[in-house]
Amino acid sequence: MTIPQLSIFIENRSGTLITVLNVLKQAGIQIIASTIADTAEYGIYRLICSEPMRACEELKKAGVAVALSGVFALEIDDQPGRAADAVKTFSEAGISITYMYSFLLRGKGILVFRTDDNDHAAAVITSNQLKTIDESALTALV
Amino acid sequence: MSEIHAGKYFNPEFETLTREEIEALQLERLQKTVRHCMNNEFYRKKFAEAGITPDDIKTLADVQKLPFTTKQDLRESYPFGMACVPLRDCVRLHSSSGTTGNPTVILHTQRDLDEWANQVARNLWMVGLRPDDVFQNSSGYGMFTGGLGFQYGAEKLGMLTVPAAAGNSLRQIKFIKDFGTTAIHAVPSYITRLYEVMKEQGVDPRRDTKLKMLAIGAEPHSEEQRQRIEEMLGVKAYNSFGMSEMCGPGVGFECPEQNGLHFWEDYYIVEIVNPETLEPVPDGEIGELVLTTLCREAMPLLRYRTRDLTRVLGRTCPCGRNHIRLDRMRGRSDDMMVLRGVNIFPIQIEKILMQFSELGNNYLITLTTDADNDNMTVEVELAEATDDYKQLQNLEREIKRRLKDEILLTPIVKLVPQGSLPVSEGKAVRVVDKRKVYQ
Repeated sequence: MTIPQLSIFIENRSGTLITVLNVLKQAGIQIIASTIADTAEYGIYRLICSEPMRACEELKKAGVAVALSGVFALEIDDQPGRAADAVKTFSEAGISITYMYSFLLRGKGILVFRTDDNDHAAAVITSNQLKTIDESALTALV
Repeated sequence: MSEIHAGKYFNPEFETLTREEIEALQLERLQKTVRHCMNNEFYRKKFAEAGITPDDIKTLADVQKLPFTTKQDLRESYPFGMACVPLRDCVRLHSSSGTTGNPTVILHTQRDLDEWANQVARNLWMVGLRPDDVFQNSSGYGMFTGGLGFQYGAEKLGMLTVPAAAGNSLRQIKFIKDFGTTAIHAVPSYITRLYEVMKEQGVDPRRDTKLKMLAIGAEPHSEEQRQRIEEMLGVKAYNSFGMSEMCGPGVGFECPEQNGLHFWEDYYIVEIVNPETLEPVPDGEIGELVLTTLCREAMPLLRYRTRDLTRVLGRTCPCGRNHIRLDRMRGRSDDMMVLRGVNIFPIQIEKILMQFSELGNNYLITLTTDADNDNMTVEVELAEATDDYKQLQNLEREIKRRLKDEILLTPIVKLVPQGSLPVSEGKAVRVVDKRKVYQ
């Protein structure tokens, strides 16, 4: 039900992001989606990529602190209103979304998110028969 | 110097002396040292100014009649002005870097070197090292006494000794594995660096090495830092105290009880004084460590003000040694930062940071003047990455709160990624003072 996401702590100064990206470039890893928060001192760079395990190893080898965690990835139709429908389901169940970002995959919208109660969210996904993607969908891309 | 190394003692005849025996030996050696100092113009003048002669030293308490010596005295007599033997009798010199003035020079006769090696060997034997052990000295060599000091001491004990010196962590780790290194000596910040490289290389110190102990010293470090190092490498880390003015490492060392550092009173007279009044402070109270050498030929030092701050913990120990036990150094009286009227030691900050498992081992304190206000910024490396932004904010807030409880003002706290602060291969730089006006 979840896909692996890399989270990297980066300082808010020039040169830090490129260090991370260069490691991925040299390892031939494709970034599928990524997001970074804009704060005063530091941010968490979150990314979905091909071969997340290997990406993690390569980053660690290069001395970059990285955390690997599972995030929900809902597949929705690429039409107006579908994101609202999806989020409404969680909101009605009393679940807060802590962060969310999205990307397109083979003509479908993918909503990546984490909630304040992931067990509850998993139950909501199952009972509402919401469609999620798994890691193989990402690897098949590259 | 005896060559009988019996059971747990390297020099049983000195290590197991009673208090009375220690003091009798100290008086005899002090009288001899003071007479020996009369060979030198600097001391003759000092004695004349203080109105004393060697005959005035009748009891051990008379040490307090002697004038203090300071680093400034060493600088002013650079290079050989405080030698008490002709230069032809000296075989070695060590010198400080002299970043803040004339360097200081310490001369050694052959006997000084032998006694120095004996102190280091005694320490390493005390914590269980034996001739079967392999000792890797990952300390700077050259003028820095941690290199040659441990080298000669470890060899005297009879260990296979690897002069790996500091730096080149990959090679260090290869040596540890290939040579079956059982003990390492290094500054604590370098041990944490080595561990980080081991982790990157997939080396598990518990599984892949034969390490059984570490000697750490030359940088003030907190108990929390020590415990961290012990957890990282899965072995005991013993605190070592040395200073080039006395010889180098060897002066004080922890025994297996880890309840303070034994300072070898057959070699030194230990006094703890109030750094302002220079009066002795009671046991348990923090003051400046003052040392008088009792066995040195080339350059004896009388009542040398070390600037290191510590306190007396006791004069007996379950290990059977009655040599005085001192607390780990609280920093140096000249390391003290004065920020908005508050006295702060870097070690206080380290102590707090090391209580957070989320934080790594490297930190940097920067003092700046911003809009006529003096500020302190504490940059500290995170131990692990996280996906939880709120956790980072809470962590930052909690660090600030606990630092404020400790140092009474709120510093700026900056969390930085692991490996982003500069790593030095010698003593770690923990404080950078960029303020416009120095206090």
